[in-house]
Amino acid sequence: MNRRGIGLYQATKKIPRRAVNVFILLILFALPLFDRNQYHLEVLVSAGIFAILVLGLNVMTGYCGLLNLGYAAFFAAGAYTYAILNVRFGWSFWVSLPACIISAGAFGLAFGSCALRLKGDYLAVVTLGFGEITRIALNNMDSLTGGPNGLTVAHPALWLPHKRLAFGINSLPYYYLTLLAILVTVIIVSRLSSSRFGRAWIAIKEDEVAAACLGIHTGKLKLLAFCIGSALAGFAGWLFAGKQGFVSPESFDFITSIMLTAMLVFGGMGSIPGAIVAALALTIIPEVLRPLQQYRMFFFGTVMIVMMLFRPQGLFGGVRIFEEFRPESERIRQEEDEALGEDLRQ
Amino acid sequence: MSPLETFIQQLINGLVIGMIYALIALGYTMVYGIIQLINFAHGEIFITGAFIGLAVFGALPGALGLGNLWALVLMFALAMAGCGLLGVLIERVAYRPLRKSPRLACLITAIGVSFILQNVLMLIWGPVDKSFPVFFKHSALTFGAFRVTFMQSFIVISSLVMMLVLHFFIRRTMLGKALRAASEDMTAARLMGINVERIISVCFLIGSALGGAGGLMYGMYYNTITFHDGYLAGIKAFTAAVLGGIGNVPGAMLGGVALGMMEGLGAGYLSSEWKNVFAFLILIILLLRWPSGILGKFRHE
Repeated sequence: MNRRGIGLYQATKKIPRRAVNVFILLILFALPLFDRNQYHLEVLVSAGIFAILVLGLNVMTGYCGLLNLGYAAFFAAGAYTYAILNVRFGWSFWVSLPACIISAGAFGLAFGSCALRLKGDYLAVVTLGFGEITRIALNNMDSLTGGPNGLTVAHPALWLPHKRLAFGINSLPYYYLTLLAILVTVIIVSRLSSSRFGRAWIAIKEDEVAAACLGIHTGKLKLLAFCIGSALAGFAGWLFAGKQGFVSPESFDFITSIMLTAMLVFGGMGSIPGAIVAALALTIIPEVLRPLQQYRMFFFGTVMIVMMLFRPQGLFGGVRIFEEFRPESERIRQEEDEALGEDLRQ
Repeated sequence: MSPLETFIQQLINGLVIGMIYALIALGYTMVYGIIQLINFAHGEIFITGAFIGLAVFGALPGALGLGNLWALVLMFALAMAGCGLLGVLIERVAYRPLRKSPRLACLITAIGVSFILQNVLMLIWGPVDKSFPVFFKHSALTFGAFRVTFMQSFIVISSLVMMLVLHFFIRRTMLGKALRAASEDMTAARLMGINVERIISVCFLIGSALGGAGGLMYGMYYNTITFHDGYLAGIKAFTAAVLGGIGNVPGAMLGGVALGMMEGLGAGYLSSEWKNVFAFLILIILLLRWPSGILGKFRHE
């Protein structure tokens, strides 16, 4: 970044964060007033669901460093919980929400408690295997999941005082629902990240042995990150199933998991705005380039490689998280010295 | 056929596919042994071998008027050379700049490379199944009730030959000695004057060439290939590498054969719908319970 760039960056820092957030939120809420195009809203809703997923993956991978290549399995757990409850037991959309979150979370807890004894790339391979097993199981357990044909489920509806407002296939209500869901997710994740848990997760990611020496119960905290991450995937799955009105195993394959990882890498591990912007960008760009549909995997692969080679901290990279321990990172050290100075002055 | 004969026939089928897994597993294990990277792109390199072979068969022997045997030799030579160079190229472009980065960064890059390769294969050869020419038509050796086709014996014998050559190379040559030294301790090897970067390139070259040969055999054995076949075969071969003890070359051969036989028996006696689940389940259980495998020693991070 050149000098002017830094100046601009410093200037933006003067604007209160909260004001910026409220402003962005207002724009997003007002967007359908200006753009009523169903297709645009549809794309934004899918991007929003991906944003929730990336935020969930961010808790596992971004904060705690647990690379998960089978994240789609937990997404599937949420979606299929709603589908099965709806089709077999007639539960409504809203009533199934806690069940979806709990089942995906429990799924994560159960799998995590076996798998988290592994680290790094071995953990990644085990999660990959788990994701594939889940998909094959969904494909083959026809009596429960409808097999490859999937399940057709009810769209949500709202009961207003005088009439029943069915969401149907109109994209507008889903837009607001997704926006609300993202808001809730962002609040949860940002509160978590600045809590004791969040700090402990980052410590574990940076150096697990050192974290354990500082009295962090690494096993329990890793499991917690895994469980919360999967519960958020369940939340997204619930929303996805309600919006699509249909679930089938092919929505939850390996490519989905990798796409989410690519989004996380693109936005920057550990960054909440990064996760959202990346989900938006990497959903919208392939849509705009629809004629080049068959280059999709190429696109995601290139994003992953280029980011890792040239900007491993991602677009919005939490610079601190990656460079804190590198002595050559002059800027961080300066910032830290300044902060220390201020603390001493007070 | 009596139950025993069926059992033995399944074992033979398993042995053949196991040999192919072993060839791919060698690439995983050699690369992991030296830079501790799960080379996710290896599955795609493997299937690229099959596609190169197919292209060579389509283009050259007809024009040169070669017989079947020479066509076969040419296919193997070009597939192995092409895959070897592809492996070296990938290492140079995607992995070498990340040598000092965290290991997960390398893994993510490897997945990216695998995605790109799959997409390129699809763009070149299309998304549909490609059928392979049939070599050794209908010729089989029968031992009593068992049938071993010429194709099967060809696969077993030629992979055995390749593995023996590799074994000889690693045990008896100077370069092989350097390779063993680098996988034992990279820094120490560098201090002894070994050009470690070159050794890593050699590793990728040999591993990818063997993978390419395996891919060609896979195509000839199943007679049909698609661009995403490499992914599943790659995972299975990785399982084989872990089963034999990752980083251990004889282990990869043993693991491949063992996995192939287990899978053959599983598919034969249980259910073929869940066939792919076995490989993944074996992988998960192995990594959780027995990460050192048959011959390896597990290195804690």
